[in-house]
Amino acid sequence: MSESRAVAAANRLPVLKTHKVYVGGKFPRSESGRFDRALAPDGTPIANVCRCSRKDVRDAVTAARAAQAGWAARTAYNRGQILYRIAEMLEGRSAQFEALLAAGGATPEAAAAQVRAATDRLVHYAGWTDKYGQVFSTVNPVASSHFNFSILEPTGVVGVLAPESPLLGLVSATAPAIAGGNTTVVLVTGSQPLPAVTFGEVLNSSDVPGGVVNILTGRREEMLAPLAAHRDVDALVLCTADPDVARSAEIEAVHNLKRVAVRPHEDWANVQSPYEITDLQEVKTTWHPIGS
Amino acid sequence: MEPHAQTADSGPQAAPFASPSIDAVGVEERVARLCSRSIKKEAKLQALHLALSMIDLTTLEGADSEGKVRQLCAKALQLHAALPDLPHVAAVCVYPALVGVAKRALEGSGIHVASVATSFPAGQAPLEIKLLEVKRAVEAGADEVDMVISRGRFLAGDLAYTADEIASVKEACGDAHLKVILETGELGALDAIRRASDLAMRSGADFIKTSTGKIKPAATMPVVLVMLEAIRDHYLRTGQRIGMKPAGGISTAKDAIRHLVMVRETLGQDWLDPDLYRFGASSLANDVLRQIVKQRSGIYQSFDDFSM
Repeated sequence: MSESRAVAAANRLPVLKTHKVYVGGKFPRSESGRFDRALAPDGTPIANVCRCSRKDVRDAVTAARAAQAGWAARTAYNRGQILYRIAEMLEGRSAQFEALLAAGGATPEAAAAQVRAATDRLVHYAGWTDKYGQVFSTVNPVASSHFNFSILEPTGVVGVLAPESPLLGLVSATAPAIAGGNTTVVLVTGSQPLPAVTFGEVLNSSDVPGGVVNILTGRREEMLAPLAAHRDVDALVLCTADPDVARSAEIEAVHNLKRVAVRPHEDWANVQSPYEITDLQEVKTTWHPIGS
Repeated sequence: MEPHAQTADSGPQAAPFASPSIDAVGVEERVARLCSRSIKKEAKLQALHLALSMIDLTTLEGADSEGKVRQLCAKALQLHAALPDLPHVAAVCVYPALVGVAKRALEGSGIHVASVATSFPAGQAPLEIKLLEVKRAVEAGADEVDMVISRGRFLAGDLAYTADEIASVKEACGDAHLKVILETGELGALDAIRRASDLAMRSGADFIKTSTGKIKPAATMPVVLVMLEAIRDHYLRTGQRIGMKPAGGISTAKDAIRHLVMVRETLGQDWLDPDLYRFGASSLANDVLRQIVKQRSGIYQSFDDFSM
Protein backbone atom coordinates (compact mmCIF):
# COMPACT_ATOMS: atom_id res chain seq x y z
CA MET A 1 0.00 0.00 0.00
CA SER A 2 2.56 2.58 1.11
CA GLU A 3 4.85 1.32 -1.63
CA SER A 4 2.29 2.05 -4.32
CA ARG A 5 1.80 5.53 -2.85
CA ALA A 6 5.53 6.17 -3.11
CA VAL A 7 5.49 5.08 -6.75
CA ALA A 8 2.52 7.36 -7.45
CA ALA A 9 4.36 10.26 -5.83
CA ALA A 10 7.45 9.57 -7.90
CA ASN A 11 5.43 9.48 -11.12
CA ARG A 12 3.55 12.64 -10.33
CA LEU A 13 4.32 15.73 -12.38
CA PRO A 14 5.20 18.61 -10.06
CA VAL A 15 2.90 21.64 -10.06
CA LEU A 16 5.05 24.76 -10.23
CA LYS A 17 3.21 27.81 -9.01
CA THR A 18 3.43 30.86 -11.26
CA HIS A 19 3.80 33.81 -8.95
CA LYS A 20 1.94 36.72 -10.45
CA VAL A 21 2.87 40.35 -9.98
CA TYR A 22 1.01 42.82 -7.77
CA VAL A 23 -0.28 45.93 -9.56
CA GLY A 24 -3.10 48.23 -8.54
CA GLY A 25 -4.31 45.85 -5.83
CA LYS A 26 -4.66 42.99 -8.30
CA PHE A 27 -2.47 40.07 -9.30
CA PRO A 28 -2.10 40.18 -13.09
CA ARG A 29 0.41 38.28 -15.18
CA SER A 30 2.93 40.22 -17.19
CA GLU A 31 1.28 41.70 -20.28
CA SER A 32 4.15 40.15 -22.23
CA GLY A 33 3.14 36.63 -21.19
CA ARG A 34 6.77 35.84 -20.41
CA PHE A 35 8.07 34.10 -17.32
CA ASP A 36 11.32 33.04 -15.72
CA ARG A 37 12.05 30.06 -13.52
CA ALA A 38 12.94 30.68 -9.91
CA LEU A 39 15.68 28.25 -8.99
CA ALA A 40 16.82 26.74 -5.73
CA PRO A 41 20.54 27.18 -4.99
CA ASP A 42 21.18 23.71 -6.47
CA GLY A 43 19.53 24.71 -9.74
CA THR A 44 16.22 22.84 -9.42
CA PRO A 45 13.21 24.91 -10.51
CA ILE A 46 10.91 25.76 -7.61
CA ALA A 47 8.42 28.16 -9.21
CA ASN A 48 7.68 30.37 -12.19
CA VAL A 49 7.76 34.16 -11.91
CA CYS A 50 6.57 36.77 -14.38
CA ARG A 51 9.20 38.45 -16.52
CA CYS A 52 7.73 41.92 -16.78
CA SER A 53 8.23 44.32 -19.66
CA ARG A 54 8.41 48.10 -19.86
CA LYS A 55 4.67 48.13 -20.49
CA ASP A 56 4.11 46.47 -17.14
CA VAL A 57 6.27 49.24 -15.68
CA ARG A 58 4.06 51.80 -17.41
CA ASP A 59 0.87 50.18 -16.08
CA ALA A 60 2.31 50.00 -12.58
CA VAL A 61 3.21 53.70 -12.65
CA THR A 62 -0.32 54.50 -13.80
CA ALA A 63 -1.70 52.50 -10.85
CA ALA A 64 0.71 54.16 -8.42
CA ARG A 65 -0.18 57.63 -9.71
CA ALA A 66 -3.90 56.92 -9.42
CA ALA A 67 -3.47 55.80 -5.80
CA GLN A 68 -1.10 58.56 -4.69
CA ALA A 69 -3.47 61.41 -3.87
CA GLY A 70 -5.79 59.17 -1.88
CA TRP A 71 -2.95 57.59 0.08
CA ALA A 72 -1.38 60.96 0.89
CA ALA A 73 -4.78 62.23 2.01
CA ARG A 74 -5.12 59.49 4.62
CA THR A 75 -4.36 60.71 8.10
CA ALA A 76 -0.85 59.93 9.27
CA TYR A 77 -2.41 57.92 12.07
CA ASN A 78 -4.34 55.77 9.58
CA ARG A 79 -1.23 55.14 7.49
CA GLY A 80 0.45 53.98 10.70
CA GLN A 81 -2.43 51.62 11.44
CA ILE A 82 -2.15 50.13 7.97
CA LEU A 83 1.62 49.67 8.22
CA TYR A 84 1.12 47.96 11.55
CA ARG A 85 -1.51 45.75 9.92
CA ILE A 86 1.07 44.66 7.32
CA ALA A 87 3.34 43.66 10.20
CA GLU A 88 0.51 41.67 11.79
CA MET A 89 -0.19 39.79 8.57
CA LEU A 90 3.50 39.13 7.98
CA GLU A 91 3.85 37.75 11.50
CA GLY A 92 0.90 35.45 10.84
CA ARG A 93 2.58 34.04 7.74
CA SER A 94 6.10 33.92 9.14
CA ALA A 95 6.37 30.15 8.65
CA GLN A 96 5.71 30.53 4.91
CA PHE A 97 8.32 33.25 4.55
CA GLU A 98 10.87 31.28 6.55
CA ALA A 99 10.32 28.33 4.23
CA LEU A 100 10.72 30.55 1.15
CA LEU A 101 13.93 32.07 2.49
CA ALA A 102 15.26 28.64 3.44
CA ALA A 103 14.47 27.39 -0.07
CA GLY A 104 16.61 30.26 -1.31
CA GLY A 105 19.56 29.01 0.71
CA ALA A 106 19.23 30.70 4.11
CA THR A 107 19.76 28.64 7.26
CA PRO A 108 16.55 28.18 9.30
CA GLU A 109 17.92 30.48 12.00
CA ALA A 110 18.87 33.22 9.53
CA ALA A 111 15.49 32.91 7.77
CA ALA A 112 13.58 33.25 11.04
CA ALA A 113 15.71 36.22 12.06
CA GLN A 114 15.09 37.94 8.74
CA VAL A 115 11.31 37.52 8.96
CA ARG A 116 11.34 38.86 12.53
CA ALA A 117 13.46 41.83 11.54
CA ALA A 118 11.19 42.64 8.56
CA THR A 119 8.13 42.54 10.80
CA ASP A 120 9.79 44.78 13.39
CA ARG A 121 10.84 47.19 10.67
CA LEU A 122 7.23 47.64 9.57
CA VAL A 123 6.26 48.36 13.17
CA HIS A 124 9.11 50.87 13.39
CA TYR A 125 7.86 52.87 10.40
CA ALA A 126 4.24 52.44 11.49
CA GLY A 127 5.24 54.36 14.58
CA TRP A 128 6.96 57.12 12.62
CA THR A 129 4.04 57.99 10.31
CA ASP A 130 2.47 60.52 12.69
CA LYS A 131 5.75 61.67 14.22
CA TYR A 132 8.21 62.54 11.47
CA GLY A 133 6.10 65.58 10.57
CA GLN A 134 6.37 66.88 14.13
CA VAL A 135 10.09 66.20 14.35
CA PHE A 136 11.17 67.57 10.99
CA SER A 137 8.71 70.40 10.35
CA THR A 138 9.95 73.74 11.57
CA VAL A 139 8.89 77.21 12.50
CA ASN A 140 11.52 79.48 11.00
CA PRO A 141 12.78 82.77 12.41
CA VAL A 142 12.46 85.49 9.74
CA ALA A 143 13.29 89.20 9.83
CA SER A 144 9.87 90.48 8.77
CA SER A 145 6.27 90.42 9.93
CA HIS A 146 5.65 86.88 8.81
CA PHE A 147 4.92 83.63 10.49
CA ASN A 148 7.15 81.28 8.51
CA PHE A 149 6.91 77.52 8.72
CA SER A 150 8.11 74.50 6.74
CA ILE A 151 6.26 71.23 6.51
CA LEU A 152 6.95 67.94 4.74
CA GLU A 153 4.85 66.59 1.88
CA PRO A 154 5.23 63.28 0.04
CA THR A 155 7.27 63.42 -3.15
CA GLY A 156 4.71 61.37 -5.09
CA VAL A 157 5.37 58.19 -7.01
CA VAL A 158 8.59 56.46 -5.95
CA GLY A 159 10.34 53.83 -8.07
CA VAL A 160 12.22 51.28 -6.00
CA LEU A 161 14.90 48.97 -7.35
CA ALA A 162 14.62 46.29 -4.67
CA PRO A 163 17.82 44.90 -3.18
CA GLU A 164 19.10 41.36 -3.37
CA SER A 165 18.06 40.82 0.28
CA PRO A 166 14.78 39.08 -0.49
CA LEU A 167 12.53 40.25 2.36
CA LEU A 168 14.25 42.52 4.87
CA GLY A 169 15.81 44.71 2.19
CA LEU A 170 12.56 44.96 0.29
CA VAL A 171 10.63 45.99 3.40
CA SER A 172 13.36 48.39 4.52
CA ALA A 173 13.34 50.16 1.14
CA THR A 174 9.57 50.29 0.65
CA ALA A 175 8.15 50.96 4.12
CA PRO A 176 9.66 54.46 4.58
CA ALA A 177 8.33 55.50 1.15
CA ILE A 178 4.74 54.52 1.92
CA ALA A 179 4.96 55.69 5.54
CA GLY A 180 5.53 59.16 4.12
CA GLY A 181 2.45 59.10 1.85
CA ASN A 182 4.20 58.11 -1.37
CA THR A 183 3.12 55.27 -3.62
CA THR A 184 5.68 52.87 -5.03
CA VAL A 185 6.61 50.76 -8.02
CA VAL A 186 9.02 48.09 -6.81
CA LEU A 187 11.23 46.22 -9.26
CA VAL A 188 12.26 42.81 -7.95
CA THR A 189 15.18 41.66 -10.06
CA GLY A 190 17.30 39.60 -7.69
CA SER A 191 17.86 35.87 -7.72
CA GLN A 192 15.17 35.30 -5.08
CA PRO A 193 11.91 36.92 -6.18
CA LEU A 194 9.54 34.57 -4.34
CA PRO A 195 9.51 36.28 -0.92
CA ALA A 196 8.82 39.61 -2.65
CA VAL A 197 5.87 38.43 -4.71
CA THR A 198 4.51 36.59 -1.68
CA PHE A 199 4.86 39.85 0.26
CA GLY A 200 2.42 41.26 -2.33
CA GLU A 201 -0.14 38.76 -1.04
CA VAL A 202 0.50 40.03 2.48
CA LEU A 203 0.00 43.62 1.37
CA ASN A 204 -3.21 42.70 -0.41
CA SER A 205 -4.70 41.35 2.82
CA SER A 206 -3.52 44.26 4.98
CA ASP A 207 -5.88 47.18 4.21
CA VAL A 208 -3.22 48.70 1.94
CA PRO A 209 -5.20 50.46 -0.83
CA GLY A 210 -4.57 49.04 -4.30
CA GLY A 211 -1.77 50.81 -6.15
CA VAL A 212 0.11 52.03 -3.07
CA VAL A 213 2.69 49.27 -3.49
CA ASN A 214 3.12 47.67 -6.90
CA ILE A 215 5.56 44.78 -7.20
CA LEU A 216 7.01 43.71 -10.55
CA THR A 217 9.38 40.83 -11.16
CA GLY A 218 11.74 40.51 -14.07
CA ARG A 219 15.10 41.63 -15.33
CA ARG A 220 16.75 44.83 -14.29
CA GLU A 221 18.08 45.65 -17.75
CA GLU A 222 14.53 45.59 -19.17
CA MET A 223 12.67 47.46 -16.46
CA LEU A 224 14.98 49.91 -14.71
CA ALA A 225 15.65 52.33 -17.58
CA PRO A 226 11.96 52.88 -18.51
CA LEU A 227 11.12 53.38 -14.83
CA ALA A 228 14.03 55.74 -14.25
CA ALA A 229 13.15 57.80 -17.34
CA HIS A 230 9.38 57.83 -16.73
CA ARG A 231 8.29 61.43 -16.29
CA ASP A 232 5.46 60.50 -13.95
CA VAL A 233 7.84 58.98 -11.39
CA ASP A 234 9.05 61.55 -8.87
CA ALA A 235 11.80 59.73 -7.02
CA LEU A 236 13.99 56.64 -7.22
CA VAL A 237 15.37 54.45 -4.48
CA LEU A 238 18.19 52.42 -5.97
CA CYS A 239 19.17 49.51 -3.76
CA THR A 240 22.32 48.43 -5.54
CA ALA A 241 25.96 48.21 -4.67
CA ASP A 242 26.92 48.50 -8.32
CA PRO A 243 27.87 52.14 -9.01
CA ASP A 244 27.38 51.69 -12.77
CA VAL A 245 23.76 50.59 -12.31
CA ALA A 246 23.07 53.54 -10.03
CA ARG A 247 24.82 55.94 -12.37
CA SER A 248 22.95 54.88 -15.50
CA ALA A 249 19.63 55.10 -13.64
CA GLU A 250 20.54 58.55 -12.34
CA ILE A 251 21.27 59.70 -15.88
CA GLU A 252 17.83 58.50 -17.03
CA ALA A 253 16.30 60.24 -14.01
CA VAL A 254 17.35 63.73 -15.08
CA HIS A 255 14.42 64.08 -17.51
CA ASN A 256 12.14 65.33 -14.77
CA LEU A 257 14.75 65.94 -12.07
CA LYS A 258 13.80 62.97 -9.94
CA ARG A 259 14.98 62.72 -6.39
CA VAL A 260 17.41 59.78 -6.27
CA ALA A 261 18.45 57.89 -3.15
CA VAL A 262 21.09 55.21 -3.52
CA ARG A 263 21.09 52.45 -0.91
CA PRO A 264 24.16 50.27 -1.48
CA HIS A 265 23.72 48.14 1.67
CA GLU A 266 24.31 44.42 1.60
CA ASP A 267 23.33 43.94 5.23
CA TRP A 268 19.97 45.57 5.97
CA ALA A 269 19.84 44.63 9.66
CA ASN A 270 20.37 48.21 10.86
CA VAL A 271 18.99 50.24 7.98
CA GLN A 272 16.14 51.95 9.78
CA SER A 273 15.89 55.63 10.38
CA PRO A 274 13.39 58.47 10.00
CA TYR A 275 15.78 60.01 7.49
CA GLU A 276 14.80 57.19 5.15
CA ILE A 277 11.33 58.81 5.23
CA THR A 278 12.51 62.39 4.83
CA ASP A 279 14.65 61.46 1.83
CA LEU A 280 11.34 61.02 -0.01
CA GLN A 281 9.64 64.20 1.16
CA GLU A 282 9.39 67.71 -0.25
CA VAL A 283 9.63 70.70 2.05
CA LYS A 284 6.87 73.26 1.67
CA THR A 285 7.56 76.62 3.27
CA THR A 286 4.72 79.05 3.90
CA TRP A 287 5.00 82.78 4.63
CA HIS A 288 1.96 83.93 6.55
CA PRO A 289 1.62 87.68 7.17
CA ILE A 290 1.08 88.72 10.77
CA GLY A 291 0.68 92.08 12.48
CA SER A 292 3.84 93.78 13.68
CA MET B 1 -29.01 40.55 -46.46
CA GLU B 2 -32.45 40.06 -44.96
CA PRO B 3 -35.14 40.93 -47.50
CA HIS B 4 -37.10 43.08 -45.03
CA ALA B 5 -34.16 45.46 -44.68
CA GLN B 6 -34.74 46.54 -48.27
CA THR B 7 -38.36 47.53 -47.90
CA ALA B 8 -39.20 50.94 -46.50
CA ASP B 9 -36.66 53.36 -47.84
CA SER B 10 -38.16 56.53 -49.15
CA GLY B 11 -37.21 59.28 -46.77
CA PRO B 12 -38.39 60.37 -43.33
CA GLN B 13 -42.03 59.63 -44.10
CA ALA B 14 -41.19 55.96 -44.46
CA ALA B 15 -41.13 55.30 -40.69
CA PRO B 16 -42.13 52.95 -39.19
CA PHE B 17 -39.85 50.66 -41.11
CA ALA B 18 -37.89 47.53 -40.44
CA SER B 19 -34.24 47.56 -39.51
CA PRO B 20 -32.36 44.28 -39.46
CA SER B 21 -32.17 42.68 -36.06
CA ILE B 22 -28.77 42.58 -34.39
CA ASP B 23 -26.90 39.50 -33.27
CA ALA B 24 -25.49 40.83 -30.01
CA VAL B 25 -23.15 37.87 -29.48
CA GLY B 26 -21.81 38.24 -33.01
CA VAL B 27 -21.20 41.94 -32.42
CA GLU B 28 -19.27 41.21 -29.22
CA GLU B 29 -17.12 38.66 -31.01
CA ARG B 30 -16.41 40.94 -33.94
CA VAL B 31 -15.41 43.72 -31.54
CA ALA B 32 -13.15 41.38 -29.60
CA ARG B 33 -11.39 40.36 -32.80
CA LEU B 34 -10.92 43.95 -33.92
CA CYS B 35 -9.57 44.91 -30.48
CA SER B 36 -6.82 42.32 -30.82
CA ARG B 37 -5.14 44.14 -33.69
CA SER B 38 -1.71 45.43 -32.85
CA ILE B 39 -0.87 48.92 -34.16
CA LYS B 40 2.74 49.86 -33.50
CA LYS B 41 5.51 52.30 -34.34
CA GLU B 42 4.96 54.31 -37.54
CA ALA B 43 1.37 53.11 -37.98
CA LYS B 44 0.64 54.02 -34.38
CA LEU B 45 2.07 57.50 -34.78
CA GLN B 46 -0.01 57.99 -37.91
CA ALA B 47 -3.13 56.76 -36.12
CA LEU B 48 -2.46 59.10 -33.20
CA HIS B 49 -2.11 62.10 -35.51
CA LEU B 50 -5.32 61.10 -37.28
CA ALA B 51 -7.14 60.69 -33.96
CA LEU B 52 -5.99 64.14 -32.90
CA SER B 53 -7.40 65.70 -36.08
CA MET B 54 -10.77 64.03 -35.39
CA ILE B 55 -11.29 65.29 -31.87
CA ASP B 56 -14.18 67.57 -30.99
CA LEU B 57 -12.67 69.25 -27.95
CA THR B 58 -15.66 69.48 -25.66
CA THR B 59 -16.76 71.34 -22.58
CA LEU B 60 -20.39 70.91 -21.54
CA GLU B 61 -20.57 71.80 -17.89
CA GLY B 62 -22.96 73.98 -15.97
CA ALA B 63 -19.91 75.86 -14.71
CA ASP B 64 -18.64 76.75 -18.21
CA SER B 65 -17.73 80.40 -18.52
CA GLU B 66 -16.36 82.60 -21.29
CA GLY B 67 -12.93 82.19 -19.76
CA LYS B 68 -13.19 78.41 -19.75
CA VAL B 69 -14.25 78.38 -23.41
CA ARG B 70 -11.47 80.78 -24.42
CA GLN B 71 -9.00 78.55 -22.61
CA LEU B 72 -10.33 75.50 -24.47
CA CYS B 73 -10.06 77.36 -27.79
CA ALA B 74 -6.47 78.32 -26.97
CA LYS B 75 -5.81 74.64 -26.37
CA ALA B 76 -7.44 73.79 -29.73
CA LEU B 77 -5.23 76.33 -31.49
CA GLN B 78 -2.05 75.09 -29.86
CA LEU B 79 -2.28 71.58 -28.52
CA HIS B 80 1.29 71.32 -27.31
CA ALA B 81 3.82 74.10 -27.66
CA ALA B 82 6.72 71.68 -27.96
CA LEU B 83 5.18 70.04 -31.04
CA PRO B 84 4.18 72.80 -33.48
CA ASP B 85 3.72 70.35 -36.39
CA LEU B 86 0.66 68.63 -34.97
CA PRO B 87 -2.66 68.67 -36.84
CA HIS B 88 -5.38 70.80 -35.24
CA VAL B 89 -8.49 69.29 -33.71
CA ALA B 90 -11.66 69.16 -35.80
CA ALA B 91 -13.92 71.31 -33.67
CA VAL B 92 -14.63 72.86 -30.31
CA CYS B 93 -18.00 71.82 -28.88
CA VAL B 94 -19.81 74.14 -26.44
CA TYR B 95 -23.27 75.17 -25.25
CA PRO B 96 -25.21 77.61 -27.49
CA ALA B 97 -24.70 80.55 -25.14
CA LEU B 98 -20.94 80.29 -25.62
CA VAL B 99 -20.84 79.77 -29.39
CA GLY B 100 -20.03 83.43 -30.04
CA VAL B 101 -17.07 83.33 -27.67
CA ALA B 102 -15.67 80.22 -29.34
CA LYS B 103 -16.31 81.60 -32.82
CA ARG B 104 -14.30 84.77 -32.10
CA ALA B 105 -11.48 82.82 -30.47
CA LEU B 106 -11.17 80.41 -33.41
CA GLU B 107 -11.57 83.00 -36.21
CA GLY B 108 -9.61 82.00 -39.28
CA SER B 109 -8.13 78.82 -37.78
CA GLY B 110 -10.18 76.31 -39.76
CA ILE B 111 -11.38 74.75 -36.51
CA HIS B 112 -15.16 74.38 -36.50
CA VAL B 113 -17.43 75.49 -33.72
CA ALA B 114 -19.97 72.86 -32.75
CA SER B 115 -22.88 73.57 -30.47
CA VAL B 116 -25.15 71.18 -28.66
CA ALA B 117 -28.76 72.25 -28.93
CA THR B 118 -32.36 71.01 -28.61
CA SER B 119 -32.38 71.20 -24.82
CA PHE B 120 -29.25 69.11 -24.36
CA PRO B 121 -28.81 66.66 -22.66
CA ALA B 122 -32.35 65.49 -21.82
CA GLY B 123 -34.12 66.95 -24.84
CA GLN B 124 -37.28 67.38 -22.78
CA ALA B 125 -38.53 70.69 -24.17
CA PRO B 126 -41.23 71.71 -26.65
CA LEU B 127 -40.16 71.45 -30.28
CA GLU B 128 -40.51 75.22 -30.95
CA ILE B 129 -38.04 75.96 -28.18
CA LYS B 130 -35.60 73.38 -29.53
CA LEU B 131 -35.80 74.84 -33.01
CA LEU B 132 -35.28 78.36 -31.69
CA GLU B 133 -32.22 77.17 -29.77
CA VAL B 134 -30.82 75.61 -32.95
CA LYS B 135 -31.41 78.81 -34.94
CA ARG B 136 -29.79 80.98 -32.30
CA ALA B 137 -26.76 78.70 -32.18
CA VAL B 138 -26.38 78.82 -35.96
CA GLU B 139 -26.84 82.62 -35.99
CA ALA B 140 -24.11 82.92 -33.38
CA GLY B 141 -21.80 81.09 -35.75
CA ALA B 142 -22.06 77.36 -35.04
CA ASP B 143 -20.77 75.31 -37.99
CA GLU B 144 -22.15 72.12 -36.53
CA VAL B 145 -25.16 71.38 -34.37
CA ASP B 146 -25.34 68.37 -32.06
CA MET B 147 -29.00 67.59 -31.33
CA VAL B 148 -30.45 65.01 -28.98
CA ILE B 149 -33.43 62.90 -30.02
CA SER B 150 -36.49 62.62 -27.78
CA ARG B 151 -35.67 59.24 -26.30
CA GLY B 152 -38.94 59.12 -24.39
CA ARG B 153 -40.98 59.36 -27.59
CA PHE B 154 -38.65 57.02 -29.46
CA LEU B 155 -38.80 54.33 -26.78
CA ALA B 156 -42.58 54.67 -26.62
CA GLY B 157 -42.56 53.67 -30.29
CA ASP B 158 -43.36 57.11 -31.73
CA LEU B 159 -40.86 56.80 -34.54
CA ALA B 160 -42.72 59.26 -36.74
CA TYR B 161 -42.38 61.99 -34.11
CA THR B 162 -38.65 61.33 -33.81
CA ALA B 163 -38.21 61.39 -37.58
CA ASP B 164 -40.18 64.63 -37.91
CA GLU B 165 -38.21 66.19 -35.07
CA ILE B 166 -34.89 65.39 -36.72
CA ALA B 167 -36.11 66.67 -40.07
CA SER B 168 -37.31 69.95 -38.51
CA VAL B 169 -34.01 70.47 -36.72
CA LYS B 170 -32.17 69.75 -39.96
CA GLU B 171 -34.21 72.44 -41.64
CA ALA B 172 -33.47 74.89 -38.80
CA CYS B 173 -29.76 74.16 -39.14
CA GLY B 174 -29.53 75.64 -42.62
CA ASP B 175 -25.96 75.17 -43.79
CA ALA B 176 -24.71 73.91 -40.44
CA HIS B 177 -23.95 70.22 -40.21
CA LEU B 178 -26.32 68.20 -38.07
CA LYS B 179 -25.11 65.54 -35.67
CA VAL B 180 -27.87 63.45 -34.14
CA ILE B 181 -27.19 62.15 -30.63
CA LEU B 182 -29.02 58.88 -30.02
CA GLU B 183 -28.00 58.61 -26.35
CA THR B 184 -27.46 54.89 -26.73
CA GLY B 185 -27.11 54.40 -22.97
CA GLU B 186 -30.83 55.11 -22.69
CA LEU B 187 -31.94 53.07 -25.70
CA GLY B 188 -30.99 49.71 -24.23
CA ALA B 189 -30.79 46.90 -26.74
CA LEU B 190 -28.61 47.01 -29.84
CA ASP B 191 -31.76 46.52 -31.96
CA ALA B 192 -33.11 49.86 -30.74
CA ILE B 193 -29.76 51.51 -31.45
CA ARG B 194 -29.76 50.18 -35.01
CA ARG B 195 -33.35 51.38 -35.49
CA ALA B 196 -32.54 54.84 -34.15
CA SER B 197 -29.45 55.05 -36.38
CA ASP B 198 -31.45 54.16 -39.48
CA LEU B 199 -34.16 56.60 -38.52
CA ALA B 200 -31.72 59.46 -37.95
CA MET B 201 -29.92 58.90 -41.25
CA ARG B 202 -33.15 58.74 -43.21
CA SER B 203 -34.36 61.91 -41.54
CA GLY B 204 -31.44 64.10 -42.54
CA ALA B 205 -28.57 63.54 -40.10
CA ASP B 206 -25.10 64.38 -41.43
CA PHE B 207 -23.54 62.57 -38.49
CA ILE B 208 -24.90 60.10 -35.97
CA LYS B 209 -23.45 60.34 -32.49
CA THR B 210 -23.63 57.87 -29.65
CA SER B 211 -24.06 59.87 -26.51
CA THR B 212 -24.26 63.12 -24.64
CA GLY B 213 -21.47 62.06 -22.29
CA LYS B 214 -23.85 62.57 -19.36
CA ILE B 215 -25.13 58.97 -19.25
CA LYS B 216 -23.20 55.76 -18.74
CA PRO B 217 -22.62 53.52 -20.63
CA ALA B 218 -21.69 55.85 -23.46
CA ALA B 219 -19.64 55.02 -26.57
CA THR B 220 -18.95 51.33 -26.02
CA MET B 221 -17.34 49.41 -28.87
CA PRO B 222 -20.37 47.18 -29.64
CA VAL B 223 -22.68 50.19 -29.84
CA VAL B 224 -20.30 51.99 -32.18
CA LEU B 225 -19.95 48.90 -34.38
CA VAL B 226 -23.72 48.62 -34.74
CA MET B 227 -23.93 52.29 -35.74
CA LEU B 228 -21.05 51.93 -38.20
CA GLU B 229 -22.80 48.98 -39.83
CA ALA B 230 -25.96 51.06 -40.10
CA ILE B 231 -23.92 53.77 -41.84
CA ARG B 232 -22.43 51.18 -44.18
CA ASP B 233 -25.83 49.75 -45.10
CA HIS B 234 -27.20 53.26 -45.61
CA TYR B 235 -24.29 54.05 -47.92
CA LEU B 236 -24.79 50.86 -49.90
CA ARG B 237 -28.48 51.67 -50.36
CA THR B 238 -28.28 55.39 -51.06
CA GLY B 239 -24.68 56.31 -51.82
CA GLN B 240 -24.84 58.89 -49.01
CA ARG B 241 -21.85 59.10 -46.68
CA ILE B 242 -23.01 59.70 -43.14
CA GLY B 243 -20.46 60.57 -40.46
CA MET B 244 -20.01 58.92 -37.08
CA LYS B 245 -19.14 60.44 -33.73
CA PRO B 246 -18.63 58.29 -30.66
CA ALA B 247 -18.71 60.46 -27.55
CA GLY B 248 -18.22 59.80 -23.88
CA GLY B 249 -15.98 57.19 -22.34
CA ILE B 250 -13.15 57.35 -24.88
CA SER B 251 -10.31 58.77 -22.85
CA THR B 252 -7.20 56.85 -23.89
CA ALA B 253 -5.20 56.80 -27.08
CA LYS B 254 -5.48 53.02 -27.07
CA ASP B 255 -9.29 53.21 -27.18
CA ALA B 256 -9.11 55.77 -29.97
CA ILE B 257 -6.88 53.53 -32.09
CA ARG B 258 -9.22 50.60 -31.56
CA HIS B 259 -12.07 52.76 -32.80
CA LEU B 260 -10.07 53.74 -35.86
CA VAL B 261 -9.37 50.08 -36.63
CA MET B 262 -13.09 49.35 -36.37
CA VAL B 263 -13.98 52.23 -38.70
CA ARG B 264 -11.38 51.16 -41.24
CA GLU B 265 -12.60 47.58 -41.20
CA THR B 266 -16.30 48.45 -41.32
CA LEU B 267 -16.49 51.49 -43.59
CA GLY B 268 -13.13 51.63 -45.31
CA GLN B 269 -10.49 54.26 -45.83
CA ASP B 270 -12.89 57.05 -46.83
CA TRP B 271 -14.23 57.37 -43.31
CA LEU B 272 -10.78 57.91 -41.80
CA ASP B 273 -11.33 61.62 -42.21
CA PRO B 274 -12.44 64.35 -39.79
CA ASP B 275 -15.28 65.14 -42.21
CA LEU B 276 -16.77 61.72 -41.56
CA TYR B 277 -15.47 60.62 -38.19
CA ARG B 278 -15.11 62.46 -34.91
CA PHE B 279 -14.31 61.73 -31.30
CA GLY B 280 -16.30 63.66 -28.74
CA ALA B 281 -13.97 63.86 -25.79
CA SER B 282 -12.49 66.20 -23.25
CA SER B 283 -9.56 64.21 -21.88
CA LEU B 284 -8.63 62.13 -24.95
CA ALA B 285 -6.49 64.85 -26.56
CA ASN B 286 -3.98 64.91 -23.71
CA ASP B 287 -3.55 61.15 -23.67
CA VAL B 288 -3.00 61.14 -27.44
CA LEU B 289 -0.44 63.94 -27.04
CA ARG B 290 1.25 61.99 -24.27
CA GLN B 291 1.51 58.95 -26.54
CA ILE B 292 2.82 61.00 -29.47
CA VAL B 293 5.59 62.47 -27.33
CA LYS B 294 6.32 59.00 -25.94
CA GLN B 295 6.48 57.59 -29.45
CA ARG B 296 8.88 60.29 -30.59
CA SER B 297 11.09 60.46 -27.49
CA GLY B 298 10.89 56.91 -26.16
CA ILE B 299 10.16 58.26 -22.67
CA TYR B 300 6.88 57.76 -20.82
CA GLN B 301 5.23 61.10 -20.18
CA SER B 302 3.37 62.67 -17.29
CA PHE B 303 0.01 64.45 -17.59
CA ASP B 304 1.68 67.30 -15.73
CA ASP B 305 3.55 68.14 -18.94
CA PHE B 306 0.38 69.00 -20.88
CA SER B 307 -1.99 71.91 -20.60
CA MET B 308 -5.48 71.45 -19.21
